[in-house]
Amino acid sequence: MTAGVGSGLTRARASLRRLPFLSRLMTRGSENGRAYLLLAPTVFWLGLFLLVPLVLVAITSLTVRGAYGETVYRWTLANYARFFEPLYVQILWRSLVVAFWTTAICLAVGYPFAYFLAQVPRRHRGTLLMLVIVPFWTNFLIRTYAWVVILRTTGVINTVLQALGLISEPLSLLYTPGAVLVGMVYGFLPFMVLPLYTSIEKLDHSLLEASSDLGAPPWRTFLRVTLPMTMPGVVAGTILVFIPALGMFVVPDLLGGARTMLIGNLIQNQFLTARNWQFGSAASIILMALVTVGLMAYARSFGFEGEELVG
Amino acid sequence: MKRRILGLYSVLVYLFLYAPIFVLILFSFNRSKLNATWTGFTFDWYAKLLHDKPILEATGNTLLVALVSTAASTVIGTAAALAMHRFRFAGKRLMEALLYIPIVIPEIVMGVSLLALYVMLGMELGLPTIIIAHIAFSISFVTVTVRARLHGFNRYLEEAAMDLGADEWTTFRRVTFPLIVPGILSGALLALTLSLDDFVITFFTAGPGSTTLPLRIYSMLKLAVTPEVNALSTVLLGATLLLVTLSQRLQKKEL
Repeated sequence: MTAGVGSGLTRARASLRRLPFLSRLMTRGSENGRAYLLLAPTVFWLGLFLLVPLVLVAITSLTVRGAYGETVYRWTLANYARFFEPLYVQILWRSLVVAFWTTAICLAVGYPFAYFLAQVPRRHRGTLLMLVIVPFWTNFLIRTYAWVVILRTTGVINTVLQALGLISEPLSLLYTPGAVLVGMVYGFLPFMVLPLYTSIEKLDHSLLEASSDLGAPPWRTFLRVTLPMTMPGVVAGTILVFIPALGMFVVPDLLGGARTMLIGNLIQNQFLTARNWQFGSAASIILMALVTVGLMAYARSFGFEGEELVG
Repeated sequence: MKRRILGLYSVLVYLFLYAPIFVLILFSFNRSKLNATWTGFTFDWYAKLLHDKPILEATGNTLLVALVSTAASTVIGTAAALAMHRFRFAGKRLMEALLYIPIVIPEIVMGVSLLALYVMLGMELGLPTIIIAHIAFSISFVTVTVRARLHGFNRYLEEAAMDLGADEWTTFRRVTFPLIVPGILSGALLALTLSLDDFVITFFTAGPGSTTLPLRIYSMLKLAVTPEVNALSTVLLGATLLLVTLSQRLQKKEL
């Protein structure tokens, strides 16, 4: 800010202090009316193209599928009951397991990394952080495809291993649960590292010194001091990874095989291939419910009673 | 010692983050069609892109969708940001919640629910349906970005202008707007990036004649993967990075 603006500001502030009543009068007026006018386009757009579609999906999930895939408006819970069938229990369970492991690996890999970022000299920190964010800004599809190039039978890993004479037949690395996990961790790692970094950076190092002065071995200092104090970062990172991982369908679609179908793939499949929108809608609502539960846990653990998150 | 291990470990993490992208770029210059063995340097795949009709068409679609949806969501989102920043009004918390939904909703749910709406309304899937969807998910991101800018904004500047006799519209035009322009531009660039990049929601709202670049990449991946995909990915990567850098610069600009 320039000096000219600064001093002008001081003067303005002084003049306003003399007229508190007038300034309040000016800013009030018909606040409601003007606010609603400015918000009308947003309410219209999000109402029509976000809320109405969601309500539509909720309604569809409670109806019966006709012989030609059309919606027959007869109320039923059958679409939800189908999730008790072993096949779908398995898909739901697998989605949770994959999301869990993705989160756990991101946390295990990301924590020491974030710790490193928080303790490098300040002048290098900006660049190093930027380097974490850059891959996160590239298209998810492309980032996932990069792993196809690396993992497939004619891919980088197999070519190198064969050239070195370590294997004679290419390994099948692609289209496995392992490939899906690698792709997910790769896609979501920055979501974990950034909040971790933020909370580790705030850590008061005198507390760590106090702990070791009092005779605690490093691992105990970590478990009893460092970890509890960086918990907000751990929770934020966990939510930021777990929620999108739960609804992911690109990664299992490109890197996984038939055995790695997740709820996201199920939804896609029901809407586009099987054309059972009623069942697909029920799956969508279940996914939304899982996400909402996750968000509420997040809001609670930060103590703002959902105010900032869900209104 | 401990420090050195941590440093070494972090080099490995950076390697994990960047190796795939470098491999991808590297093989866009490889002569061999079978990606993994290096048989010589070539620009052929980039040249091929320039003559690939579906890709050129997809590029046109992508840009059209991105520009229209960015323009619309920037205007709508900025108006919302001004209202949310400035006024107290009944239903503000509800409004916060509404603006929050597109940011946290699983993309796939937003995609299929829009598809359900379009089909129910009998709308033909195509560029307009994609644009509508992109506006819907961009508004919130614009609002968040512009609000962040407004947050560091000094109300006294406006009040000073009005004290000095400017009416409300003049104050907005001469004081408020110029000061929040970087925030608006940065929000617009974010919307542009999101639109250019979006696959999932576009996937469900696109029709046969309205393929965008991410959709094209997806179908190329599903059919036959040639280094042409790598070349296209590299071009998109460069474009995204450029936009993001620009957006970050604007966001950081001092008030």
